[in-house]
Amino acid sequence: MGMEGVGARVARKEDKRFITGKGKYTDDMVVPGMKQAHFVRSPHAHAKIKSIDTSEAEKMPGVIGILNGNQLAEDAVGNIICGWMIHSKDGSPMNMGAWRPLAQDTVRYVGDAVLIVVADTKAQARDAAEAVVIDYEELPVVTSAVEALKDGAPQLHPEAKNNQIFDWEIGDSAAVDAAIASAAHVTEMKIVNNRLVPNPMEPRAALGVYDEGEDHYTLWTTSQNPHVARLVLSAFYNVAPENKLRVIAPDVGGGFGSKIYIYPEEIVCLWASKRTGVPVKWTSDRTEAFLTDAHGRDHVSTVKMAFDSENRITGFKVDTIANLGAYMSLFSSSVPTYLYATLLSGQYNIPNIHANVRTVYTNTVPVDAYRGAGRPEATYLVERTMETAARELGISPAELRRTNFVREFPHQTPVIMCYDAGNFEASLDASMEAADYAGFEARKAEAKSRGKLRGIGMSCYIEACGIAPSAAVGSLGAGVGLWESAEVRVNAVGTIEVLTGSHSHGQGHETTFAQLVAERFGVGLDTVSIVHGDTDKVQMGMGTYGSRSGAVGMSAIVKALDKVELKAKKLAAHLMEADEGDIVIENGELKVAGTDKSVPWFQMALAAYTAHNMPEGMEPGLKEGAFYDPSNFTFPAGCYICEVEVDPETGKTEIIQFVAADDFGNIINPMIVEGQVHGGVAQGIGQALLEGTHYDADTGQLLTASYMDYTMPRADDLPSFNVSHQNTPCPGNPLGIKGCGEAGAIGSPPALINAITDAIGNNDLTMPATPQRVWAALASAQ
Amino acid sequence: MANVSMTVNGRSVSGQCEDRTLLVQFIRENLGLTGTHVGCDTSQCGACVVHVDGKAVKSCTMLAAQADGSEVVTIEGLASGGELHPVQAAFREHHGLQCGFCTPGMIMSAVDMIERHGGQLDEKTVRAELEGNICRCTGYHNIVKAVLDAASKMGDGAKVAAE
Repeated sequence: MGMEGVGARVARKEDKRFITGKGKYTDDMVVPGMKQAHFVRSPHAHAKIKSIDTSEAEKMPGVIGILNGNQLAEDAVGNIICGWMIHSKDGSPMNMGAWRPLAQDTVRYVGDAVLIVVADTKAQARDAAEAVVIDYEELPVVTSAVEALKDGAPQLHPEAKNNQIFDWEIGDSAAVDAAIASAAHVTEMKIVNNRLVPNPMEPRAALGVYDEGEDHYTLWTTSQNPHVARLVLSAFYNVAPENKLRVIAPDVGGGFGSKIYIYPEEIVCLWASKRTGVPVKWTSDRTEAFLTDAHGRDHVSTVKMAFDSENRITGFKVDTIANLGAYMSLFSSSVPTYLYATLLSGQYNIPNIHANVRTVYTNTVPVDAYRGAGRPEATYLVERTMETAARELGISPAELRRTNFVREFPHQTPVIMCYDAGNFEASLDASMEAADYAGFEARKAEAKSRGKLRGIGMSCYIEACGIAPSAAVGSLGAGVGLWESAEVRVNAVGTIEVLTGSHSHGQGHETTFAQLVAERFGVGLDTVSIVHGDTDKVQMGMGTYGSRSGAVGMSAIVKALDKVELKAKKLAAHLMEADEGDIVIENGELKVAGTDKSVPWFQMALAAYTAHNMPEGMEPGLKEGAFYDPSNFTFPAGCYICEVEVDPETGKTEIIQFVAADDFGNIINPMIVEGQVHGGVAQGIGQALLEGTHYDADTGQLLTASYMDYTMPRADDLPSFNVSHQNTPCPGNPLGIKGCGEAGAIGSPPALINAITDAIGNNDLTMPATPQRVWAALASAQ
Repeated sequence: MANVSMTVNGRSVSGQCEDRTLLVQFIRENLGLTGTHVGCDTSQCGACVVHVDGKAVKSCTMLAAQADGSEVVTIEGLASGGELHPVQAAFREHHGLQCGFCTPGMIMSAVDMIERHGGQLDEKTVRAELEGNICRCTGYHNIVKAVLDAASKMGDGAKVAAE
């Protein structure tokens, strides 16, 4: 490894613009003639639209146009789609209700968009929106998925009887039942995974520009996958054909999944720019973000885990009800199914697993993938159950896990996944040592002398990322392939541009991707530029989510680099009259091994473009592209340990230490990987301790729709983290990468809750573990 | 409409805006200085922190007209002559940013914090003082490291500024 190559702790290239205020986010964009939009949204969670009167609003100063859902329908703009087909266990396809970008007759959650108001200024658009009169007939509301399934519950969509979208299963139910019936011990739990609001710090924004002369559209948008946005806007929403639509996702201020989807606002701004004849910009405010960004999690599950007399798991049975909100968002159906139940084997040999999942419509914001997406929900079930089982069995949590660890690879689980590599014991050992697990009892006694309850908990997670083999996901219902593309352009002066279909919204691709090139050709990072986020520059890509940019995105770059290297070596061999097999690339030079002959990288590049002296049959230029489709998922895994102190008087939890020991496979830039763990763990701690999403059950109003009400983790809520790696290379991709983006959010909630339940002596505790909940759980245990 | 004049990053500026215009809107929309960000609507997130007459201020909590006659420094005005401010340099060195959206506000808050404490900071103080700046990417770990490192590097210089 060089100073800037693979494995180096290189400071980020992209930082300069961010620390000097020169980042370019969507809301920073200004185009000539640009006007501002405000959406009129439903204040009711469920209602019929009886009438809409915009006559007064249209007369307000600065108003250019107020557009509605009927006009959208006139222009044949399509329904918002869910791109992953799931069939119920009876073979019937999922029951998908219609989601119009602007509601026409019924609104189904507070925040459902009804109208767009376009005016000269934001304030004028907002003023005019206030003057719109909409007569609603309120309908009964249901916000809980459990309640929504019951007979007599309010019905959201005619397509979905009892609001059930599908009733899906995986695994062998009879085998699990038999294992439970003959078990020496069965641990049973009812576990809620709380609804979360993703909250990237940059609110969503869209700027739609229609060019009448070219009949061409441009959309600047806060997207994690601009190419998928273009595809969907074109193929499904009929806004414009792909060759007439450019989507640009410039600097994007965090996503965490919530910026994967193509929301009503992007569609409507783009469409409205043609309808009104002006560029239309919309920027969400924070309350709008709470009301409209896809939420995450929201599962209610019951589990039974069966053990034999030697504490080996013999069966795991899971029943889950998943709340998908008022409409089916883009990947909503895949999250509580194939991204969830396929990970229920955890790090363990479990011969029999069965999961049944019912997904449900409610009068709440649509739910889709949020950092981890299904895998945190699975891990939370497995790891809370394991810790509880250890307590019931009277053995140490570590011992129970060791008894059941998968130790031979590849390992085929009963729920589709085939784990390719790992060393679960190594992470467990490392985290126990880092946390001084052995010294815990003494610390607990010391805390007790101060009147505090000390607890320790662990979580051994595994996840599937590097999403995903296209044929495999296609066979499971995905509407897209999940490969990635790359193009490497060597310019005539030897500088290099790498075009990638991955998208960076905080992950540092401009640095890590350039490190690959620096490593390969021995050129400086400054001579390498990473180009992404613009459909006019990069032909096609699948974007960034599911911890896929390293394992899939960088693998595509490696394939393109292989082709460039091959051609560069051929050309250099020709220039130096040497054998192609003798050429090595070092420190920016192409050398003939064992001689003093060399040609500088830039000179070879120039020769490729002057083309005065090329090998027979070689085309001029030096530019190669590649598509990479992974052969398997990757399986990051690790062990997290959390130690807490609970104040029995107040129920307040203080995190004493948090240890993360991860296996991410090979690492390109440890500094960036550690940062991903820090951020993921912080979000997991947020879920476990702080972040509660509360709907009023009677009215469907979101009561936690601002930073005054929804508890975001702040600096003084969190400790510093102890992070280490015990890596086993991934055999499935050329770089041996597993991915690191989601692990922290997946592994941390059970570790923290296991620590608190250890401290208070009550296994029945629901996230977020607020002081009130902890105090009540403690009181009921005593 | 209000006529507003102020000094921003050492340059005299003036403009006309609606009375209800917030300072952050004036900075972003009238002056085109888009480094100052808006991350919430309840003055909680701190993405919009600038310095007004030497103090860190959430520019969404102040009307542009209230800043009339003031000396304002935004993130764009922090580096001098191409030289990064020590806090900016520390954020880069310690990977104290990921998506970069909260970063301008974080840095402006951190500069103010270090100066107020004369460079004498510990982790607990930094965490408590960053209570008004929300970051969703970093878990604050590296931000805290960056602020502590910058404070120690600024050391005596920060003391002078505090006095």
